[in-house]
Amino acid sequence: MSELSSRRRDSADGVLADDSAALCEQVGEASAKGTPLAIVGGNSKAFYGRPVTGEALDVRGHRGIVHYDPVELIVTVRCGTPLSELEATLAQNGQQLAFEPPRFAPGATVGGMVACGLSGPRRPWAGAVRDHVLGTRLITGEGRQLRLGGEVMKNVAGYDVSRLVTGALGSLGVITEVSLKVLPQPPQGMTLRLELDAERAARNLAEWGRQPLPLSGACHDGEALHVRLEGGEGSIRRAREQLGGEQVSAAFWEALREQQLPFFNDPRPLWRCSLPATAPGLALAGDWLIDWAGAQRWLKSDAEPAHIRATVSEAGGHATCFTPNAASPFTPLPRALLHYHRRLKAELDPAGIFNPGRWYAEL
Amino acid sequence: MSFMFDERLDGALPTVDKAAVTSRLHEVLPHMTLLSEPEDLRPFECDGLSAYRTVPMLVAMPERIEQVQTLMRECRALNVPVVTRGAGTGLSGGALPLERGLLLVMSKFKSILSIDPEARLARVQPGVRNLAISEAAAPFGLYYAPDPSSQIACSIGGNVAENAGGVHCLKYGLTVHNVMALEVVTLEGERLTLGSEALDAPGFDLLALMMGSEGMLGVVVEITVRLLPRPEVAKVLMASFDDVSKAGGAVADIIAGGIIPGGLEMMDNLAIRAAENFVHADYPVEAAAILLCELDGVDEDVHEQCRQVREICAAAGATDVRQARDEQERARFWAGRKAAFPAVGRLAPDYYCMDGTIPRHRLPEVLHGIADLAEEYELQVANVFHAGDGNMHPLILFDASDDDQRERAEVLGGRILELCVEVGGSITGEHGVGREKINQMCSQFNSHEIECFHAVKRAFDPAGLLNPGKNIPTLARCAEYGGLHVHHGELPFPELERF
Ligand SMILES: Cc1cc2nc3c(=O)[nH]c(=O)nc-3n(C[C@H](O)[C@H](O)[C@H](O)COP(=O)(O)OP(=O)(O)OC[C@H]3O[C@@H](n4cnc5c(N)ncnc54)[C@H](O)[C@@H]3O)c2cc1C
Repeated sequence: MSELSSRRRDSADGVLADDSAALCEQVGEASAKGTPLAIVGGNSKAFYGRPVTGEALDVRGHRGIVHYDPVELIVTVRCGTPLSELEATLAQNGQQLAFEPPRFAPGATVGGMVACGLSGPRRPWAGAVRDHVLGTRLITGEGRQLRLGGEVMKNVAGYDVSRLVTGALGSLGVITEVSLKVLPQPPQGMTLRLELDAERAARNLAEWGRQPLPLSGACHDGEALHVRLEGGEGSIRRAREQLGGEQVSAAFWEALREQQLPFFNDPRPLWRCSLPATAPGLALAGDWLIDWAGAQRWLKSDAEPAHIRATVSEAGGHATCFTPNAASPFTPLPRALLHYHRRLKAELDPAGIFNPGRWYAEL
Repeated sequence: MSFMFDERLDGALPTVDKAAVTSRLHEVLPHMTLLSEPEDLRPFECDGLSAYRTVPMLVAMPERIEQVQTLMRECRALNVPVVTRGAGTGLSGGALPLERGLLLVMSKFKSILSIDPEARLARVQPGVRNLAISEAAAPFGLYYAPDPSSQIACSIGGNVAENAGGVHCLKYGLTVHNVMALEVVTLEGERLTLGSEALDAPGFDLLALMMGSEGMLGVVVEITVRLLPRPEVAKVLMASFDDVSKAGGAVADIIAGGIIPGGLEMMDNLAIRAAENFVHADYPVEAAAILLCELDGVDEDVHEQCRQVREICAAAGATDVRQARDEQERARFWAGRKAAFPAVGRLAPDYYCMDGTIPRHRLPEVLHGIADLAEEYELQVANVFHAGDGNMHPLILFDASDDDQRERAEVLGGRILELCVEVGGSITGEHGVGREKINQMCSQFNSHEIECFHAVKRAFDPAGLLNPGKNIPTLARCAEYGGLHVHHGELPFPELERF
C-alpha cells in the first residue's frame, strides 16, 4: 500500500492513518540487527520507568478511531491517537473511559495509556485500564502484527496476552491498536468535602465501603476528605444527606488525576505507594496524599528509597518512584517471579529489542 | 472428528511407567491420597463435557500446597503429563484426563481461609465452591459477584482457570475483574504470588494472564477475591417479544439509553418452553423470545430505571412487560433462566452447549444462521443468551448413543462457532477452549498468533507437561483442520504441509 492511499482524513474523528506496515518493517529490521528500540508516543510518561537507550520507534503516525459503535460499548483505536481526541469522541456520545487515565501532558496517546497502565481516581470502583482492555494488535519480535483478544465483551480463546501487555511498559511488543470497553457517563455527579483527619476518613471509608453508596472517588489531601458521588439523582441526594460535608467543584478530580494539586508542588521525590486500602498509616517522614480510598498513597519524601520500599512492602504493598530515578523506580521482584518475567520476555521478544531495561535492568 | 487426544495431531506424549511413578509418588508423598485402581479412577473420567471420557492413569489428591509443589517437581522429573481438575463441571473438556497422565484433583483444598469484611476480601482455597464464598460473606452484607449458573457445584479454582462469567457480568465483571491475588505453583514446583491485596503489583500482569489459562501455565492453590456490598434492591423485568430481532433491538436500546443492567438475558422459544416445563417460572410459552432485565442498586435509582426499561421495551415492540412483584417472583423468573441448561437437557438424551460471543448487533442474523444450520444437520437448537455482553449459548439436542447424531452435533457445533468468528466474535466467551474447541482456534487465530500463545506456554512449561492437547492447537492440527475448512478460497495455513 502506498503512503498516500494508506492515509485518509476523517473529518469527524480527526486523522485516520495506518502506519502499521512501516512500524512492522522497522521492528523487523531492528530484530534482525538486534537494535534496541525505544517506543515513543506522546512522551507524556517518559519519566515512568528507567531510561531506555535505543532507536526511537515513533508510533504517533498510526492513529485514529478505527471503529466505534456506542451501543456495543466498545471502541477500537490506534495507538498513536491522542487520548484527548478519544475521550472527546466518547463524551460526544455520553460515554467515557471509566478508569479515568491520567494524561500528564497534552500529547498523551492511547498506546502510552495502555503500555503504562495507569488509572485515575475512579479505579477502586470502576477497575483499572487492564479491566477495560478487550483486545489488542501487537507487533511482536519478528515484526509481525498479531490480533489478540477481540471486539467482544467476553472472550477466553487463547491466553489473555492483551491484558499481559497492558502495563508492561512496551517491553513485550508494540501495541498498535486496542479495543476498549467504554461505559455511559453517570447521569449525575457531586463532589463533597468533609473536614476529617486522615485516620477518621479511613475509618469512615471502610464503613461506607460495605454500604451500597454511589462512591466513585475518595481522596484525603492532608486536610480534608474529598468524596465523589456518581449515579442517579435519587441515590446521590440520599448519600449526600448521609455523608454531610460541603459541596465543592468536581475540578478537584482532574487536578488530582493530573497531579496538579498543590501537594505535588514540592521538590522532594514523589513516591506512589500501592497498599491494601485498610493498611494503617505508615511511619515514613514526608507528606501524604491518600487516594483510592487508601489504596494509592502519594508520598513526598526525602527518605532513603530502600527504607520507603521496605516500609511499604511490610504493609503489604509496593512503592514506585515517580520522580525520574535512573536506578530502580519499581519494587524489585522476588527471584522466582523475575525468572518467569525473563522467560516471557525471552519468548515474546527473543532479540530483546523492545524498551530493554525500562522495567528493571534485567528485563 | 473426535475430541480425544490424538498424538498424530497433538504431539507425542511421553511413555510413562505407571508402576514406577506410583511407587515413587508413594515414597515422596506418603500422606497424599493417590488413586490407581480402575474402579477408583472411573469417577474422574470426564468433566461436564460428558460425552468424552478417558480414564486417567493416576489420580492425586493433595491437601497442602507443599504437596502440590513436590508433586509437580516429581512429575516434571519423571516426565508425567498433569491435568488439573477442580469440580469437573467444565463444559469444554479442559479437565478431560489423559490415559498416560496424572489427574491432579484439587477438591481437598476446600477451606475458606479468611473473610475480611473491613477490606472486603475473601481468601479461599481453590476447591471452594463458588456459591460457598457468597454464603460465607452474607453475614457481613457482602457477596462474590461472578455467578456462573453452575455456582452450587463449580470450584473457584476452576472459575479462575476458565475466567468464568455469570448473568451479572455486564455490570460486575468476570472472574478476572474480581480476583485480587493468586498463589500459583508452576511445573518447576515454584510458588508464585500474583497480584496482592493492594490494587496492583509490580511487574507484568501475570494475574490477568493466569485467568482463563485452563490449567496450562500452573496450578492455582490459593485465591483472594474481592467482595461487594449487596445491592439495596434488585428488581427484575420480563419482556416478551413475538420476534427475536425485536428483543435484540430492545437490548441495544437499553444500553444506548445509558443503562447497564445487573443482568440482561434472552431466551428463545424452545428454551422458554423447556424452562417452563421444568421449573414453572411462569414464562410466556408462546413468545418468540423473552428478555430478563435485572436492575439493582439504590432504591430511588432502580425505580427510575425500571420505568425507563419498561418504556424502552414497549417502544421496541414487546408484547408484554412484567415486573416481578416480590422477591419470590423475582427468584422464580431467574430460576427458569438458571435451570435453562438442565431444562433443555430434558428434551433429548444429550445436549451440547456452545459458548460463542458476537457483537450484539449481529444477533438477529446469527440466530437465523443457527436456525438454518440446525435444519441442515437435522438437529434441534435452543438458544440462551447473555444478551448484555453478546455471549450466546446455543444448546444442541442430540443422542450420544447414536454415532451419526453425535457426529452431526459436533460438526454443527463447530459450524456455529465459525459463524461467530465470521461476524467478528469469538469461539468462547466463558467456557474455555479445552479439547472441545481446539480446532476452531485455528479459524479464530492465524499461525503466528497461535505461535505467540505457544511462546507464552513455553515460558511457564517448556516441556509441555501441563494439560497437553488443550486450549492451544498445534500447527499440525490447524493444517489438517484447515484442509477441511477452506475459508474464502484460502487455506489458513498455506505454509504448512498437509497430512
Ligand atoms: C449446568 C452448567 C452451567 C454452567 N454455567 C456456566 C456459566 O454460567 N458461566 C460459566 O462461566 N461457566 C458455566 N459452566 C461451566 C463451568 O461450571 C465453569 O467453567 C467452571 O468455572 C468450571 O469449574 P470447575 O471447578 O468445575 O473446573 P473443572 O471443570 O474441574 O476444570 C476446568 C478447567 O480448569 C482447570 N483447573 C481447575 N482447577 C484448577 C486449579 N486449581 N488450577 C489450575 N487449573 C485448574 C482444569 O484443568 C480445566 O482446564 C456451567 C457448567 C454447567 C455444567
